[in-house]
Amino acid sequence: MFSNLPILPALVVIPLIGALFLAFVSWLARGEGREQTERNAPRTALLVSLIVLLLSIVLVVDFDASNPGFQFIDETPWLGGGIDFRMGVDGISVLFIVLTAFLTPLCILASETSIKTRKADYMIAFLLLESLMIGVFCALDLVLFYIFFEAVLIPMFIIIGVWGGANRVYASYKFFLYTLLGSVLMLAAILWLYGASADQFGQATTDMRALKDLDIPGGIQTWLWLAFFASFAVKMPMWPVHTWLPDAHVQAPTAGSVILAGILLKLGGYGFLRFSLPYFPDASVQFAPLVFLLSIVAIIYTSLVAYRQTDMKKLIAYSSVAHMGFVTMGIFTFNLQGIQGGIFQMISHGLVSGALFFCVGVVYDRMHTREIAFYGGLVKRMPVFAAFFLLFTMANVGLPGTSGFVGEILTMIGAYQVSPWIAAGAAIGMILSAMYALHLYRETVFGEQVNEKLDIITDVTLREWMILAILAVFTLLLGIYPSLVTDVTEASVLQLISDFQADTTVPALGAPDPAEVN
Amino acid sequence: MMEAVRLMAPELILAGQTIFVVLISLFVKSGKQADVMRWIAIIMLVVFALSGFLLGRPEGTSFNGLLAVDDFGHYSKLVIGLTAALALVFTRPYFKAEGLDRFEFSVLMIYAVLGMSIMVSANNLLALYIGLEMQALSLYIMAAFNRDSLRASEAGLKYFVLGALSSGLLLYGASLIYGFTGHLDFGGIAASIEANGMSVGIVGGMVFMMCGLAFKISAAPFHMWTPDVYEGSPTPVTGFFASAPKFAAMALIARLLFGPLEDIFSQWQQVVAALALVSMFVGAIGALSQRNIKRLMAYSSIANMGYALVPLAAGTVFGLRGMLIFMTIYVVTAIGVFAGILQMRIRNGMVEQISDLAGLSETNRPMAIVMTIFFFSLAGIPPLLGFFGKLFAFWPAVDAGLWWLVVAALVASVIGAFYYLRVIKTIWFDEPAQEFVSAPRSLRWITTGSAIALILIIALPFVAIPVQGLIDSAAASLF
Repeated sequence: MFSNLPILPALVVIPLIGALFLAFVSWLARGEGREQTERNAPRTALLVSLIVLLLSIVLVVDFDASNPGFQFIDETPWLGGGIDFRMGVDGISVLFIVLTAFLTPLCILASETSIKTRKADYMIAFLLLESLMIGVFCALDLVLFYIFFEAVLIPMFIIIGVWGGANRVYASYKFFLYTLLGSVLMLAAILWLYGASADQFGQATTDMRALKDLDIPGGIQTWLWLAFFASFAVKMPMWPVHTWLPDAHVQAPTAGSVILAGILLKLGGYGFLRFSLPYFPDASVQFAPLVFLLSIVAIIYTSLVAYRQTDMKKLIAYSSVAHMGFVTMGIFTFNLQGIQGGIFQMISHGLVSGALFFCVGVVYDRMHTREIAFYGGLVKRMPVFAAFFLLFTMANVGLPGTSGFVGEILTMIGAYQVSPWIAAGAAIGMILSAMYALHLYRETVFGEQVNEKLDIITDVTLREWMILAILAVFTLLLGIYPSLVTDVTEASVLQLISDFQADTTVPALGAPDPAEVN
Repeated sequence: MMEAVRLMAPELILAGQTIFVVLISLFVKSGKQADVMRWIAIIMLVVFALSGFLLGRPEGTSFNGLLAVDDFGHYSKLVIGLTAALALVFTRPYFKAEGLDRFEFSVLMIYAVLGMSIMVSANNLLALYIGLEMQALSLYIMAAFNRDSLRASEAGLKYFVLGALSSGLLLYGASLIYGFTGHLDFGGIAASIEANGMSVGIVGGMVFMMCGLAFKISAAPFHMWTPDVYEGSPTPVTGFFASAPKFAAMALIARLLFGPLEDIFSQWQQVVAALALVSMFVGAIGALSQRNIKRLMAYSSIANMGYALVPLAAGTVFGLRGMLIFMTIYVVTAIGVFAGILQMRIRNGMVEQISDLAGLSETNRPMAIVMTIFFFSLAGIPPLLGFFGKLFAFWPAVDAGLWWLVVAALVASVIGAFYYLRVIKTIWFDEPAQEFVSAPRSLRWITTGSAIALILIIALPFVAIPVQGLIDSAAASLF
C-alpha cells in the first residue's frame, strides 16, 4: 500500500535530519541553553529513532514475502556513467533494516543515563550511524553500498574514541584501520566489476542486480572473491582477523558495543550473501572448504579463548566471534537450511549479544568495573537482573526455546548435508559455548558474595527493565516461532540458491558427484 | 586582431593588471595600499578564472602557436584563478597580524598566476619553460616573504636552489628533445616522433623533463624541499603552494605527455607509474612521524601527487579526466584545511603543531567539525569528496590493467589514513590543552572561504553531473 512512497530514502534521511537538527541546535545554544540541549538531546534522538522504527514496521508489514525480487525500488540518476542512486530491499535485507531500527532506540534509551558528557554529540553520532547502517542494507548500487559501508566507520570511530574506556584511542585506531584495509581491497574489486560491465553489457553500470549476470572468468573470480572476502571477513569478523573486535568492544560505551555486535558485524554476513555468492559462485564453491575451516577454528578456538577471559565484555566479544563462525559456516553450505540459519543466527545474535552487552552495562554503570572476579552473588542483590541475565545467557548458549537455538540448529543441519565432520566441529563449539557462558554466569551471579563493595548495588531501574524486557520478549518469540523470520527470507533465499546453482560450473563440496550418481 | 585578443584575454588581463597595480600604488596612501591592491587582485583573479567561459570558450593558438587555447586550458585556469583568489583572501588577517601586509605580495601572486596560465596553455617547449620559471621565481619570493624570519628565509633559499637545479634538468631534457626532433613546438615534435620513431635521445629528454617537473609537483624522489618550504613559509602562502601551483604543474605534465610525447606512451608510462608508486609511499610513511601540521600537509601533498599520477599512467582520456577530477578535489580540500588552520589562533601565535589542536571539539565545536570533515575527506572516506577523487583517479588505472599500482595506492591510502586520523583524534579525543583566542571579526573572510570549500566538499557529489561535463570536455580537448 505504501510501496509507491520513497520509504527507503526516508529511512535513511530521517535520522540524518535528526542529527543535523541536533547539531544545529547545539551550535546555537549558549550558556543555560547548552545544558538544556544536553538534557533534551536524548529525547529528541529517541523520538527520531522511534519514527524510524515505525516506518520500518510499515516497511516490513507492506513487504511482500512471496516476491523473491527487490521491492520498494527507488532509482534516480546520480553520478552518471552508470553509477546511479538505487535503493531497494528483498527478503534478505529487510529484516536487518528492522533490526537496526529496533536496536537504535534501545541504545539511545540506555545511553541517556550512562553517558555523562557531551550527550548531544553522542546522539548526533548515533543518529548518523543509524542512517548509514540502514543505507547499507537499502543500497542497490555498488558505489552507494560502498559509501554507506565505509562511512559507518566515521561515527563509530568517534563513538569509541570520545566516550570509550581507558584504552579507547588504541581500540578506535585498530577498529578503523583494520576495517579500512579490508574495504579498500573491495573497492579495487568494485572498480574491476565496473570496468567489466562496460565490456560485457556495452554500457558500464554499478547496478547490483545487473552485475549478477557478469561472466567472470575463473582465475579473476578467485581474486575478486578474495578482495570481497578481505572486507567482509574483517567486518564479520572471522578468525584470524578478529583481533580488533575484543578491543573495540571492551573500550566502546555500552550502546556502542550493542550496535557493533548487533548490526555492524552483520554487514559482513550480508555482504557474503549479497556479493560473494551471487557474483562469484565458482570461487565461492572453491573457497568453501577454507571458509568452513576458518569457521570451525573460530567456533572452537574463540570459545576456548572466551573461557579464559577475566573481563565480562571481552568474554562476550569472543563469544560473538564464535557465533559469527556459525553464520559463515551456514552461508557457505549453499543450501536452504544453512543460509536461512545463517540469516536467523545474525538476527538472533543481534538481539542476544546486544542484550548481554546491556546486562554488562547495567552492572558496569553501578560498579564501574567489568572484572568477573569483582562480582559474585549478584542474585541476592539483583534478582530481576539475574533472571534476565540467565535468559540471555541461555539464549547465547543456544537453549531450545530461545532464538539462539534456531540459528545454530539450522546452520548445523545445513552443514551436516555438506559434511558431518563440519557439523561435528560446530557441535563441539556449542558445548564450549555452554562452558564459557555458564562460567560467566556462575562467577558473577551465583556463589557467595565476597566483595563488600557489592553491598550497595541495586536492582535494575525501570528504564533498564524495559530495555531488557523488550529484548527478552523478542528472544523468546523468535525462539518459539522462528517462522516470523524465515517466512520473510525464504523466497529470496530460494531465489539466491537457484541462481547460484544455475551459475556454478564446479561441483560443490558434499554435492553428489555426477559419476557416482550414474 | 580581435580574435587574437579573445584568445589571449586571460593572460592579457593579468599582465595588464600587474602594470596597473604598480602604477596605482603611487597614488594610494601607504596605509591602504595593501588592502586596495589585494582587492583589485582578487577581483582580477576571479575575472581571469572566468574569462575563458565569459568569452565562450574560444579555441585556437595564440602568439604564433606558442600558446594553445582550448577547454583544457580554460578549465585549468578556472581552478587556478579561483584557488589563487581564495588564497589571497586568506593572507589578509595573517599578514596584518604578523606585520607583513605589503602590496607587493598581491603583485607577486598575479605574476605567479600569469606563469601558471602560460604553463597550462603551453604549446611549445620555450613557452613551457618561460611559464614555469615565471611562476617559480614568484613562488621563491613568496616563500621568503617574511624576510626577517630565519625559517622563511631558509625556506625561500632552499626552494630557490633546488628549484634552479630542477629547471636545469628540465632545460637539458628540452634541449635533448629539440636536438633529436628539430622542433620546439609540440605539434612538430609529435609529427617528428610519428615519422621517425623514437630514439634514445627523445626518451632521455623525456626522462630529464619529467625529473624537473616531478620536482615542481613534489613527487618523490624529488620531494626533499617540500616539508621544509611548507614549514618555513607563512601559513597562507603554504596553503597557496599546496593548491594552484600543484594543479598547474600537473596540467603541464598532462599537456606534455599527451601532446608531443603521446607516441612514446610505453616509455613515459613506466616513469609516471614509478613516480606515483614512490610518492605514495614516501608521503604516507614520511607523514607518520610528523608533529607539525604544515609538515604533515607537505607529506600529504607528496602522497596525493602520487595518487594523481596513477590515472595519468593509464594514458587514456578517461585517465586524464580522472586526474583533473582528483586534482580539483585535492586543491579544494587543501585550501580548506589551510583556511581552517589560519582561523585558529592560540595565545602565542598561530596553530603550528598538531598538539595545538587538542580538545578543539570542546573549545570550538564548529571549527572541530569543519576540520574533521576536511581530514576525513583527505583520508578518502566516503561520502566525502576525497573519496570520489580517489574513485575517479583509480578507475582508469584499473581499466588500463595497472592492477599493482591501484592496489599499492589503496594500501598507501590506508597508511595515510592513520595520520589523518591522528589529527582527528587530537581534535576529538584529547583533553583541551589551551584556550583558543576567539576569532576576531577580521577573520570572517576566511570563515567564508572555508565555508565555500566545505559546501563544495559535501555537495559536489550530488551536483556532479554539470561539473563532470566540463571536465570531460577539458580532458577530451587534449586528444
